[in-house]
Amino acid sequence: MIQVQELTKRYGDFEAIQGVSFSIGKGEIVGFLGPNGAGKTTTMRILSCFMPPTSGSGSIAGLDLFRNSLEVRKRIGYLPEHPPLYPEMTVRGYLFFVATIKGISKREQKAKLSKAIEQCGLVEVQDRLIGRLSKGYRQRIGIAQALIHDPEVVILDEPTIGLDPAQIIEIRRLIKSLAGERTILLSTHILPEVSMLCNRVIVINRGKILASDAYEKLTSEMDRGQRLHLKARGLDVERLRSLPGIVDVQSEDADSCLVEAEQGKEMREAVSRYVISQGWGLLELTSKSLTLEEVYLRLISESEGYSA
Amino acid sequence: MKGLWAIARRELQSYFASPVAYVVFTIFLLLSGYLFFNALLYFNLFSLQASQYPWMAQQLNINQMVIQPHMHNFVVLLLFVIPLLTMRLFAEEKKQMTIELLLTSPISVGQIVLGKFLAAFVVFLGLIVLSTTFPWIVSAISDIDIGPILTGYLGVILLGGLYLAVGVFASTLTQNQIVAAVVSFGLLLLLYILPFASNALPGPMAKVISSVGFAEHFEDFTKGLIDIPALTYFLSLIVFILFLAKQIVESVRWR
Ligand SMILES: Nc1ncnc2c1ncn2[C@@H]1O[C@H](COP(=O)(O)OP(=O)(O)OP(=O)(O)O)[C@@H](O)[C@H]1O
Ligand SMILES: [Mg+2]
Repeated sequence: MIQVQELTKRYGDFEAIQGVSFSIGKGEIVGFLGPNGAGKTTTMRILSCFMPPTSGSGSIAGLDLFRNSLEVRKRIGYLPEHPPLYPEMTVRGYLFFVATIKGISKREQKAKLSKAIEQCGLVEVQDRLIGRLSKGYRQRIGIAQALIHDPEVVILDEPTIGLDPAQIIEIRRLIKSLAGERTILLSTHILPEVSMLCNRVIVINRGKILASDAYEKLTSEMDRGQRLHLKARGLDVERLRSLPGIVDVQSEDADSCLVEAEQGKEMREAVSRYVISQGWGLLELTSKSLTLEEVYLRLISESEGYSA
Repeated sequence: MKGLWAIARRELQSYFASPVAYVVFTIFLLLSGYLFFNALLYFNLFSLQASQYPWMAQQLNINQMVIQPHMHNFVVLLLFVIPLLTMRLFAEEKKQMTIELLLTSPISVGQIVLGKFLAAFVVFLGLIVLSTTFPWIVSAISDIDIGPILTGYLGVILLGGLYLAVGVFASTLTQNQIVAAVVSFGLLLLLYILPFASNALPGPMAKVISSVGFAEHFEDFTKGLIDIPALTYFLSLIVFILFLAKQIVESVRWR
């Protein structure tokens, strides 16, 4: 659905993104991750036809971003980093304006307007001036604006920023409900959000793509071996470390530790047997996979030139 | 086309949501009213004297003494007023980043520029319509030739169109409204003084330069003439400047 090849964007001498290529299939929800200044917004602005890249090409729904820009723009819903709102308009008036410039026919306007207002929880504020609303409401209007014309492709630049916890859940549910029909690319700094919502993550740093894979694949690939969390009374870390097949043991507190096993080895049985044979009181033994946070931090720090 | 109307309607709405339009209207009408009635009083004084000195009566012409100066006042007053009406158009859109919404919507940049121009033009027409009360009052109490008033107002509308186009253009250059206003004021002043400033230049060059300015073209209309070159001058310059504005907005994409 979305395809970009070798995108590069230069601001003066500074290359904000370099050789960015990826493709996103129909119906996927993809999370776009990266530290501040990584180039997420820049990439999204190119995808939304706001600005062209310095070099490279891209297409959405098979339509070239530049030669068929008008057609592409009809199919995209885009929430910019700063929601593009007019403070002197009412919520309803604003969404009506957006619906018109997005080319929605008069006949459908009313239904689509009500749907967007409902979906984004704007019913109570629909007649108020945008300038008088709180940040969270403005963010929601921004999201409503991106969805109002039922676009095939939705690009959301930090959609849940500034929302209260209940609203975050609400908006995530909304995004999730859009899946299937629509293709969604969203950027965020909240990693659990990505593991909750997305089928796939693209990690970018300093303008270069570091990884682009399914979330599970990414975490298992980065995993050097199986990791176990062990809690046992009377535990002796040094003795445990000498057990064959174990790479490392880090003690957490007096009774518990983190055991790292060799890649591809199932160690739970061996460890539990060993613990019992040593006469330690086994309290807990669980297998732990890498969290997205760990994967992400490892990717970023590796790309910065030193390993974690 | 629907996009153009939507842009124009939204823009009109925000004119009247802010105090700028009201303040501009009030100040403009007060000033032009003051100047108009001043001219009228002067004419009154003059005609009183003329009743004593018959030779003066020949020069007594209300069109020349009241209506024509009224039209000329527009040239100067609008020079100050129109930059205030146009400064917001693109500068604010850039500052609030709402330009991102417009440029990622399936409408052309031409529609955006024309829509904004149209909205400003409607506001300007409102101002002009209100200002016709002055000559209208005079025509009610005296015998006055309506022809030059009509052509004069056509001239004012074309002049306003040119000012607005320059204002729209200036607003595309920056995200600061004050800068936009100052730039359009400067450009308009330049167009205004070109003919005066070309006096010292060699003959043919002076003629070319002074015809780039709008003063002599506008003059024709106040005399009751609609001449084609003047009409062509205003219309083509408006189209050209709006085209430049469109190019500038599009170039934002290329930066
Ligand atoms: N208009 C611009 N002119 C010059 N440099 C820019 C411009 N826009 C962005 N940059 C630079 O390009 C780089 C990438 O910026 P971008 O906004 O894409 O980052 P981001 O990944 O969205 O970051 P964040 O998480 O903070 O939103 C940054 O270093 C930024 O300073
Ligand atoms: Mg960003």
